[in-house]
Amino acid sequence: MITISPTLLTGCVALLCGWVVVGLAGLLRPGSLRFAGRTLFPLGALLGLALALLAGASLLGGGTERLILPVGLPDLPMHLRLDPLSSLFLVLLGASSFGISVFAGGYFRQGEGALPGLLCLQYHLFLASMGAVLLADDAYGFLVAWEVMALSSYFLVTTQHRIPEIRRAGFLYLLMAHVGAICLLLCFGVLQGGSWLFTFDAMRAAHLSPGWAAAAFLLALIGFGAKAGLVPVHVWLPEAHPAAPSPVSALMSGVMLKTAVYGMLRVGLDLLGRPAWWWGLAPLILGLLSIFYGVLFAAVQTDMKRLLAYSSIENIGVVFTGIGLTIVFEGSGLETVAALALLATLYHCLNHSFMKSLLFLGTGSVLHATGERNLGRLGGLIHRMPWVAWLTLVGTLAIAGLPPLNGFVSEWLLLQSFLFADHLPHAFVNLLIPMGMALVVLGAALAGYVMVKFYGVIFLGQPREASLDRAHDCGWLERIGLLWLALGCLALGLFPLQVIRVLGAVTGQLIGATVPQASSHWWLLAPVPGRPVSYGPLVFLTATLAVVFLTVLAVRLTYHQRVRRAPAWDCGFGGLTPRMQDTAEGFGQPIRHLFQSFFEIERELPAPADRAPRYRIAIRERIWRLAYEPLSNAVERLANVAARVQQGRISVYLFYGFATLIVLLAVALMS
Amino acid sequence: MRTLDWITQVLEVVVALAAAPAFLGWLNQCRAWLQNRSAPSLWLPYRNLHKLFHKDAVLADNASPLFRIAPYIVFGAMVLAAGIIPSMGTRLPLVVSADAIALVGLFAAARVFMSLAAMDVGTAFGTLGARREMMVGFLAEPALLMVIFVASLISSSTALPAITENLASGRIGLSPGLAFSAVAFILVLLAENARIPVDNPATHLELTMIHEAMVLEYSARHLALMEWAAQLKLFNYVCIGFALFLPWGVARAHIGPVGLLVAVPALAVKLALAGAGLALIETVSAKMRVMRIPEFLATAFLFAVLGLLVHVLLGA
Repeated sequence: MITISPTLLTGCVALLCGWVVVGLAGLLRPGSLRFAGRTLFPLGALLGLALALLAGASLLGGGTERLILPVGLPDLPMHLRLDPLSSLFLVLLGASSFGISVFAGGYFRQGEGALPGLLCLQYHLFLASMGAVLLADDAYGFLVAWEVMALSSYFLVTTQHRIPEIRRAGFLYLLMAHVGAICLLLCFGVLQGGSWLFTFDAMRAAHLSPGWAAAAFLLALIGFGAKAGLVPVHVWLPEAHPAAPSPVSALMSGVMLKTAVYGMLRVGLDLLGRPAWWWGLAPLILGLLSIFYGVLFAAVQTDMKRLLAYSSIENIGVVFTGIGLTIVFEGSGLETVAALALLATLYHCLNHSFMKSLLFLGTGSVLHATGERNLGRLGGLIHRMPWVAWLTLVGTLAIAGLPPLNGFVSEWLLLQSFLFADHLPHAFVNLLIPMGMALVVLGAALAGYVMVKFYGVIFLGQPREASLDRAHDCGWLERIGLLWLALGCLALGLFPLQVIRVLGAVTGQLIGATVPQASSHWWLLAPVPGRPVSYGPLVFLTATLAVVFLTVLAVRLTYHQRVRRAPAWDCGFGGLTPRMQDTAEGFGQPIRHLFQSFFEIERELPAPADRAPRYRIAIRERIWRLAYEPLSNAVERLANVAARVQQGRISVYLFYGFATLIVLLAVALMS
Repeated sequence: MRTLDWITQVLEVVVALAAAPAFLGWLNQCRAWLQNRSAPSLWLPYRNLHKLFHKDAVLADNASPLFRIAPYIVFGAMVLAAGIIPSMGTRLPLVVSADAIALVGLFAAARVFMSLAAMDVGTAFGTLGARREMMVGFLAEPALLMVIFVASLISSSTALPAITENLASGRIGLSPGLAFSAVAFILVLLAENARIPVDNPATHLELTMIHEAMVLEYSARHLALMEWAAQLKLFNYVCIGFALFLPWGVARAHIGPVGLLVAVPALAVKLALAGAGLALIETVSAKMRVMRIPEFLATAFLFAVLGLLVHVLLGA
């Protein structure tokens, strides 16, 4: 590899330091919302944009830069490295954080939990630590940045710490983050392979026996999976995402989950060298499980942010399915197909960071305008908040995987790589993978269901509460943030070829292969090796728009364009009220009914003669009762046993110290 | 050859636009004959469209712009779909920009817009229709994709013309994998086009309907476009069936202008037979309860997956 002048990397480091400075500046006037919102957050957003540009330049150059910073413990300098993989995720971080930070500038209000200045510090520390995770080139630096990321986001989640549920959600998040971090610690311990050097270069050079390599892979899968929200270690996600303020939810879902994906790719495909094909089955199966699990639970949610959180689990499932497929193909010697699957994975990461951030920010505006998170009390907001409604529609259609937006591109790439399953030399996997394809497709279709529910119940129909008439559209900073993310969704959808060319540097680095481009047109995506398959979203969009335009023209010219307004048709019964529309529960009812056995349902039905009938339904995950509650009980019992040792008297502790000393002396004498 | 390709392309779209209402008319005629009723005219759907276009459009008080543009988008999606499906020729210039997966995505986009529009006015019927449509869709869409994937695996391509070319070139009969998926496809076709075991196109009983509930708020030109789009959708589905399972008579790459002359009557014959077949299925089966529909579609989905597994197992 060539080392070009280290300007880009130092630039990136300077920008990360800039974020820390912006955060600290918030402490100058901690109580001033105006200073934080109008000055610091937009400044942080600009730094993000600059970071995206620098990292983008590095990605286009395709080179690798290294830097050793003499910070940290003595003799343990911090190694930094900017290669295509980290550049790509830095672009993702910078570009989506630009939109989110601009939005955040207009979002935070006085009197919501923590002081604005403190919030600004935590927020920018969170951003900088994510950047540091992506740049770290040794295990110490990586884990320190990882921990700072977990802690700063914990404080952000518990911004409104006066609400007990939010404190609980924050604790669960912290707990799961540390279970994951322990796995990562062990994983790096295995990876150093006896050399006791913790730089990533040493880990690349270490030769692990197949058993230890598989163990390291599994530990990485659990550790990064817990951060990414992979089933069954996803439980913190639907609690923490809704608890956080919306820009923070957007950042966590859109960017932080991707740092876990980055870690998985770094360990699985870079540090471990060439993976064995059967390792891929674990992420593949867990990914498929997450897709199905996430989308089913999303379909029955009544809280809009919880719905999006479950949808994130589904999307992370798609990403891990892609990773699994990449490893299966690479391990079987099908490098170009592996590159295609990796391309789908990376593309989906980019897509998800834009569309999920957009949707979370949209719900943030709705929350501010109405004070409601419950879907059952919303409705008809497209008339009151047209900006938010139309921009959110872009994200909704994108995440539902509809052409010509971006969600479709990654889905298309993933399905194309699935269709190479019959080239695999393993008979059993040949059968398994078509089943996986069926699940991916089913998940995509269910995502459409979920998104129609999400959008239709919030923005369409009639307002379900009288108070919604006072809802107002969002401010201009928020509009810019939403617009940026929506444009990102559009651009990623319409220019896939250009994106894929850029991503080629990453697949080249990790797999050693890039996908061929069979077509000579700049608007046509034909990345499938050896197959005459192509997709041209621009033509697609132009053709649809042309047909729509011609139809409008034809109808207007041939006939007329008279329109009359009248009350909605009530089938002659009269007395239709907004309460008769489907609620969120109603819209999800078919799914709840069909997949009953997946949910733990608690239902309260009114008796026929009830004067004040009440219908209540609560849905929980079975996994709590089946796995987590027994586990936490066991831990508690163990802690109680251990507590007997702690008597609280100083003489007992002195005795412990003495006994330890004796035992150690005995050991030393014997050896 | 380029000009011929474009001629085929334009011809396909125009024929689809023109013939879709007639195909529905023919289906209704066959159904009437089988049920011993006197049949309506073949041209009834055209007259209906003409009448609707003339009327004044009535919009509900709180209809948003989304409600007004949805019919155009749904119609546009269906017209584009007609241009992608090789109903008469396989050399279609538009096809390079949209393969079979994109085609299914196009149908999904139309469905999502239709459901959103149905929820827009905020009446009980609209939301009910939208919910049921999405319920049908979330199982029918993957089933259709799996059906297409069986054919794609056989032909090593997801582009519909390539599949048709490959399937039409020689080998006799259906492969076992395709036979399973053919069954699945027929079930999906019935469900997606609101035909009898799933939805009753003639009903106006609110509690049983799906498609009609969604378009209840539409009138005049908007309704006309929605109806025409529905007819196009039926036509497109039948043509997908031809492309996958009866690919004969389609003008293939090497045949030239003569192929097109054969293709038009071949399509007419196939459509006539398909219409009669659909009418027969609708006559001998009864409308299901709504909550039975998922079972019906799950059967279709399982058949399609089974087709895929059979194909992989037999290692075609």
